[in-house]
Amino acid sequence: MTEIIRLSQARRGQGGQIQSVEALEDNPVDRMELERRLLEFGLVEGARLSVIHEGPIGRDPVVVDVEGMRIALRRHEVRGLILRLEGADAAE
Amino acid sequence: MSDTTVTVALVGNPNSGKTALFNGLTGSRQKVANYAGVTVERKAGAIKAPDGTPMTVLDLPGTYSLRARSPDEVITRDVVLGRRPEDVPDVLVVVADATNLRLVLRLALEIKAVGLPAVMALNMYDIAERQGLRIDLEGLSKAIGMPVVTTVATRRRGLDELLVAVQGVLASKTALASTWHEPDAGEIRQAHREAGRILSAHVRPPERPDTLTGKVDSVLLHPVAGLLILLGLLFIMFQAVFSWAAPGMDAIEMALGALGGAVAGIMPDGLLQSLVVDGLISGVGSVLVFLPQILVLFLFILLLEDFGYMARAAFLMDRIMGGAGLHGRAFIPLLSSFACAIPGVMSARVIDSRRDRLTTIMVAPLMTCSARIPVYTLIIAAFIPRETLWGWVELQGLVMFGLYAAGIISALVVSFVIRKVFWRGAFEPFMMELPAYKMPDPGSVALNLWQRARIFLERAGRIILPLMVVVWALSTFPGPPPGATGAAIDYSLAGMIGRALEPIFAPIGFNWQMVVALVPGMAAREVAVAALGTVYAVADAESAVGTLAGVLSVQWSLATGLAFLAWYVFAPQCVATLGVVKRETNSWKWMWVMVVYMFALAYLAAFVVYRLAVAFGLG
Repeated sequence: MTEIIRLSQARRGQGGQIQSVEALEDNPVDRMELERRLLEFGLVEGARLSVIHEGPIGRDPVVVDVEGMRIALRRHEVRGLILRLEGADAAE
Repeated sequence: MSDTTVTVALVGNPNSGKTALFNGLTGSRQKVANYAGVTVERKAGAIKAPDGTPMTVLDLPGTYSLRARSPDEVITRDVVLGRRPEDVPDVLVVVADATNLRLVLRLALEIKAVGLPAVMALNMYDIAERQGLRIDLEGLSKAIGMPVVTTVATRRRGLDELLVAVQGVLASKTALASTWHEPDAGEIRQAHREAGRILSAHVRPPERPDTLTGKVDSVLLHPVAGLLILLGLLFIMFQAVFSWAAPGMDAIEMALGALGGAVAGIMPDGLLQSLVVDGLISGVGSVLVFLPQILVLFLFILLLEDFGYMARAAFLMDRIMGGAGLHGRAFIPLLSSFACAIPGVMSARVIDSRRDRLTTIMVAPLMTCSARIPVYTLIIAAFIPRETLWGWVELQGLVMFGLYAAGIISALVVSFVIRKVFWRGAFEPFMMELPAYKMPDPGSVALNLWQRARIFLERAGRIILPLMVVVWALSTFPGPPPGATGAAIDYSLAGMIGRALEPIFAPIGFNWQMVVALVPGMAAREVAVAALGTVYAVADAESAVGTLAGVLSVQWSLATGLAFLAWYVFAPQCVATLGVVKRETNSWKWMWVMVVYMFALAYLAAFVVYRLAVAFGLG
């Protein structure tokens, strides 16, 4: 079964393919900046990603594995990153 | 740079081993300075190619993109684009972590647009081989349009080949006009697709990928165990800063005392002797004495950094610090500030965004630095009884702990106010690569430690020397009239300032002797102890704390003692820190903001403490 979620909602162990990358900041300057930074870190459409660690407080930030690279991200900054979940290891 | 010298700039992602490559190429022949007008380090080294051609190698700050976001990255972009006249590169070397090529390939495509001859150094190639990663070097080289050389910087492998390749492209290629422009989101996506194509065509994924990092992370990043380990590391670090450094500090104090004594013996009594002994030697000594602590602290920080732990610490702390409006990366500067605010303020450079960096610099001096300890120890010895509470808590230790806690809490509150009131909603995303764990290389740690120590001494020395002379002059001139009975400082400018300011300090319970001591105490916090000794005419107060404490406990009320402690939690009584803040922010404004807000808080805190204590009958 495929399920589509925001990366900000993903739990540890969940992963899949990035379907779309967008920044959802209110300020247009911040929005453009965040989108480009996400892209520069290799968070691009089609890349495979999984959540491998969650922070100690409020499960935030998260560490994701993107094509073999580990990146720490804050959940609310990846609200606009849409993930197509894959695999049976999708926890809970 | 002369025209015959070839300038080679190293560009690459953070954690690509770029600095290791730079160290391998230049050895100890490197110069660390600042780029003019900004607080970005310029690291350059003069070397010779295998055929003897002189070269200048530049280690540019790591970046994922030429689209610069932080002051560091602005320098990288400007040097790469030939916009900094002091450093115009002839050749660019793109340093790549061979085990982690995806992002650097996109950067290489951006670099290609700059038009300069370029070479790619596939660094950490030994690790790639160990993992069974197969890279088609020729195909990769064709695809990115630059020669590819494999290197193992830490073992100095491939370095000569790299220099030969640099000379090769310099001879065969001419610089083209730059077609680089800031890429938009669409262009970044397209470049990534291109990089992905190159990667899948020429690189076969590792047969034995690194599993160690994942295993270590499952412990170090564990929500509970990870935090406990971080706390444990901090605890060990603190212990080490205070206990390992003690012999070194004692030795420095003794050596300076002996030097002062020797100079006093050689030079005739008089103003010049007083300037050299009381002004210069003791002034420089008051900073030099912290060098052992700073070395221990930096040793820990460098080891943890090179091991790959610091990014993890920032990850664990981001939410906790974020509650106070601080960035996860502010953790390292604030930690350093427990030894001394000067390295703390300097290491705020790791924070990209200007606002986050300024906030961190503004609150760093609130952390209890070790210069406050002599002051706290003196007042606690004078006023806090040696009692044990509930059978196991030392009252004196509890007060000391309370003072540390007051510093931390006030730093968090101040940064909260700055970020939530003055700079609401300022945007700084938290995005950090967590590098693979590596054993730190002792040589590069030692080199870095030496560089940190030198920078600390140069900065502090350059700032503190002239200021010490000023403070000395204030406490020396004019000399006491013949037949004077009081301490010489009473008759000096410092004494006059102290008496003039006394009415201002009366509401917080300070007497004029204390105010007089605060004037030379501006040089450094612990100088106040010696200054109190001077005004109360206790000879050699620093080694006779017991005597001075006895005098104070008679002369001051408990309320006054407590108010003095509260004052020292906040007051910016350290000109060296203020000087470094001025340099690091490149502005007088922020230095004055710090002076005003910290004195205001100090006054307020001392006022509240004094009035409360008096109300409870302790006046």
